[in-house]
Amino acid sequence: MFQVIGKSVISLEVNEEKRDVTIEPSDTLLHTLREQLGLTGAKPGCENGDCGACTVLVDGWPIKSCLMLTAEAVGHRITTVEGLKNAPIQAAFVENWGFQCGYCTSGFLMVCHALSQIHPDAEEIVMEEWLQANICRCTSYEEIRNAVNVILHCSDSP
Amino acid sequence: MIPMKFDYYRPDTVSEAVKIYGQLDSEGKRPLYYGGGSEIISMARMNNLDMGAVIDLKGIPECRELKTDGDHLVIGSSVTLSDITEADLFPLLSKACGRIADHTMQCKITVGGNICGTIIYKEALLPLLLSDCTVLIAGAGHLKKVSVHRLFHQGLNLSPGEFIVQFLVEKKYAALPYFHIKKTKNEKIDYPLISLCAVLEEGSFKLALSGLCGFPFRSVRMETELNRRDVSPEERVRNAVNLMPGPVLNDVSGSDRYRLFVLKNTLMNLGKELEG
Ligand code: FES
Ligand code: FES
Repeated sequence: MFQVIGKSVISLEVNEEKRDVTIEPSDTLLHTLREQLGLTGAKPGCENGDCGACTVLVDGWPIKSCLMLTAEAVGHRITTVEGLKNAPIQAAFVENWGFQCGYCTSGFLMVCHALSQIHPDAEEIVMEEWLQANICRCTSYEEIRNAVNVILHCSDSP
Repeated sequence: MIPMKFDYYRPDTVSEAVKIYGQLDSEGKRPLYYGGGSEIISMARMNNLDMGAVIDLKGIPECRELKTDGDHLVIGSSVTLSDITEADLFPLLSKACGRIADHTMQCKITVGGNICGTIIYKEALLPLLLSDCTVLIAGAGHLKKVSVHRLFHQGLNLSPGEFIVQFLVEKKYAALPYFHIKKTKNEKIDYPLISLCAVLEEGSFKLALSGLCGFPFRSVRMETELNRRDVSPEERVRNAVNLMPGPVLNDVSGSDRYRLFVLKNTLMNLGKELEG
């Protein structure tokens, strides 16, 4: 049985690297990524699962890191925006003006990237369902939709 | 940031989970079983929970199973809502799960967590009530099978230390014609004003509802009224609506009168939708 009792050192797999971190069992993944690993791409917004700014990928699926314990992430592959490394969705956001202030952007990028990997031929309705998990206060929604449309239905999307 | 401290356990087997629960409980640690964890984390962040340990059930293979086994579907309690919608083995359950919270949250929320949490709507339960499924429950010294109607009747019947391992659904229920509708106050992603699941089995409706009372329910008495053929559709619906099993919710999301108005209209459409 895996257990974390009190302050402990655990090992995470983040952006294809093994990283040791010292955590409390009650630490959220968002907190650990930012405070322990300096991966500040995942943003704290509501910290209540509502805004999506903190979204990362866990085993390729989008997860709100404010609602995941770091201890839960042990044994799983975590990808943050820092691990995307020039994925097509990043260029598509730039080319389509998919952001303004940028605070929501990393969360949107993670959801869009996951969608393009899991359902590269997603219909509009599926795209909408996935993207409704994120909020953009600057309302770049139309531009974000355009960016996602560029990378969906592309057979050469990696 | 969660202001409180607790320990984390992820057992590998059902018996390990039950055992560690008993041990932590006897040490006064007030353990909680942990599924997707979103509700526990939200409440802990607000200091609205008091536990000294969480026991994460996602490491138990039986709780993660999602498969067909002979004439049954096996749905582990730690299967996420998005696992269910992606696999789509039980289309009505997929529809209901696909309307709980948002898609990213569906990748975290588990079916067991949706049913065992404190949020009253428990929309994943509705198709399970309609399928009269069997629930495998683990507790100290036992692994028992009970009807879903024993597990939940106007509230959850789990004893301290017990947790749901699996739901076992007869495959024939996954193939029935179905109807699902969720109405919310404004936003698509919200708690329900009404969530309604229905199936048509051998010419008769079965109906389960959430958002109307302080608990989700299936009402055989309402079904009997709706299935009468000797009165007009309007009268059937009126009679069925008079048989609500508890007080109708009356809150900022919708008054009791408005909820009943929406219910009546929805039930009027149900026959047309399912019977063509
Ligand atoms: S910070 Fe996690 S969803 Fe808003
Ligand atoms: S670009 Fe500012 S919040 Fe989205």
